[in-house]
Amino acid sequence: MALPKKKVAIDAKVISQQALYDHVFKLVVEAPEVAERAEAGQFVQLRILNGSCLLRRPVGIAAADKDKGTVAFIYRVVGKGTTALSQLKAGDTINVLGPLGHGFDIKAKKPLIVGGGMGLSPVLFYAAAMEGKADVLMGGKTAGELFWQDLFTGKVQDIFCTTDDGSLGTKGFTTTLLPELLAKKDYDLVVACGPEIMMKGIAKIAKEHGVRCQVSLEKRMGCGLGACLSCSIDTTDGQRKKVCKDGPVFEAGEVFA
Amino acid sequence: MSHVLQEKDQRLHTNIAGISMNTPVLTASGTFGFGEEFADFVDLSRLGGVMVKGTTLKPRRGNDGVRITESPMGMMNCIGLENPGVDVFLKETLPRIEQYGMNTIVNISGGTVEEYGILAEMLDVPGVAAIELNVSCPNVKEGGIVFGTDPKAAAAVVREAKKHTKKPVILKLSPNVTDIVTMAKACEDAGADILSLINTLMGMEINIHTQRPTLGNITGGLSGPCIKPVAVRMVWQVAQAVNVPIIGMGGISSFEDAIEFFLAGASAVAVGTANFADPNVTMKICDGIDNYLAEHKLDSIEQLVGKVQID
Repeated sequence: MALPKKKVAIDAKVISQQALYDHVFKLVVEAPEVAERAEAGQFVQLRILNGSCLLRRPVGIAAADKDKGTVAFIYRVVGKGTTALSQLKAGDTINVLGPLGHGFDIKAKKPLIVGGGMGLSPVLFYAAAMEGKADVLMGGKTAGELFWQDLFTGKVQDIFCTTDDGSLGTKGFTTTLLPELLAKKDYDLVVACGPEIMMKGIAKIAKEHGVRCQVSLEKRMGCGLGACLSCSIDTTDGQRKKVCKDGPVFEAGEVFA
Repeated sequence: MSHVLQEKDQRLHTNIAGISMNTPVLTASGTFGFGEEFADFVDLSRLGGVMVKGTTLKPRRGNDGVRITESPMGMMNCIGLENPGVDVFLKETLPRIEQYGMNTIVNISGGTVEEYGILAEMLDVPGVAAIELNVSCPNVKEGGIVFGTDPKAAAAVVREAKKHTKKPVILKLSPNVTDIVTMAKACEDAGADILSLINTLMGMEINIHTQRPTLGNITGGLSGPCIKPVAVRMVWQVAQAVNVPIIGMGGISSFEDAIEFFLAGASAVAVGTANFADPNVTMKICDGIDNYLAEHKLDSIEQLVGKVQID
């Protein structure tokens, strides 16, 4: 369906705000115009309307329900903006600008999702979009941080876990287990989101195994529309690109040497 | 897509130094890209003009590291004039944005006086409504702020640009000077058709956890509501001293803010940082100004310019 406008800025009613883990919240808002346009991997710019923040805050879309007209975000409270966000209650209003940027490739036959920390949020949307075709490899410091297992259950075939302390799954990082998975299974795409150092490692291993890899980058933003040039990054061919407009999803080879 | 003057916009139509503007509301350079990025949210032809991203002779990569940070009621940036260069602008960007039917005002930045002349001449083409001389970018090492803080250098830049273009020439004044009126007069005497003010105020933020500057360029340009009182004051001071029209800017995020600038002596206003918070804010400001004029039984914006009552 072709929609006349690619992106919208709308006031959205907060449907629910739920604590998932220490400082981690799930916010669901009613934004049908965003839900019907949203693609897995895209993000929105949220404007908190109580005047506490001048700039919008970029947040990845964790889920979009076209039927209910809702969009969900999962975020960790790290500063002033996310603190204000976490104080919103059902019935409050927030302004949603989006959907923004480009998403992951949904034409893959057998993708492996690799996520660390809050990077698991945008790939949760991707897992749902792939309708059970994907596997997920998730990494965290401890078993508790991998509360994400419950969220991915039913959306993926296999869930693989790594923890720094070995309290769940393989002891180590996602990069510890990845070579084994890529050798054993027939993945045609690796989709990674998490700390940059993790994504660099993932991209390197995927390249060694000859598997295509997409990564989702994060950067401070102003407008989110490609106008202010706050979120410029260097590409491997010496160009500058904008995370908000050209990304946030990039082919790994475009951004990591 | 060209804007058909709605009946209500008849009051808002204005003419500044030969530039016909559907409304006296423009967008400030660096905050609105080339206009096209906002096409989903704004009727670009309804704007008085779009002052496009700062353009230089050669492409510029801009600064490395963190380029933006929020501050109380404002933000700081240190983009560093990242742009594809004037050749790409002329070959690719300008033909592409023509469809929006807006006044395209090209903001140019040179490393030498001569470069301003070269750029002005290259941009003396159909589709460009005016040239804005950026002599006040706080985020680049060469040129930029140097021309903006020395009245003789700023005047030389204006003369050079005027010599090479028939387009109206706008000089953008820096607030980072001892006496902005001296700068304004020097630029008017040198032939500037319009003065725009203010550019960002130079600022700095230090992260107390890392004990390092937040911004990659150490300092940055402060913008947003926190600078509005400084901007209104400077517009008022400059308006007393010059006869050329002024495009006022600095922290405008509502029609009330815009009205203050008109009363202080601005003939038009430009909106910058507020576009980030609300991409549609310029349209709301146009509507608000129009309502204000109607309520005060005024037929045009000219009747408001410089009408602040003192004593």
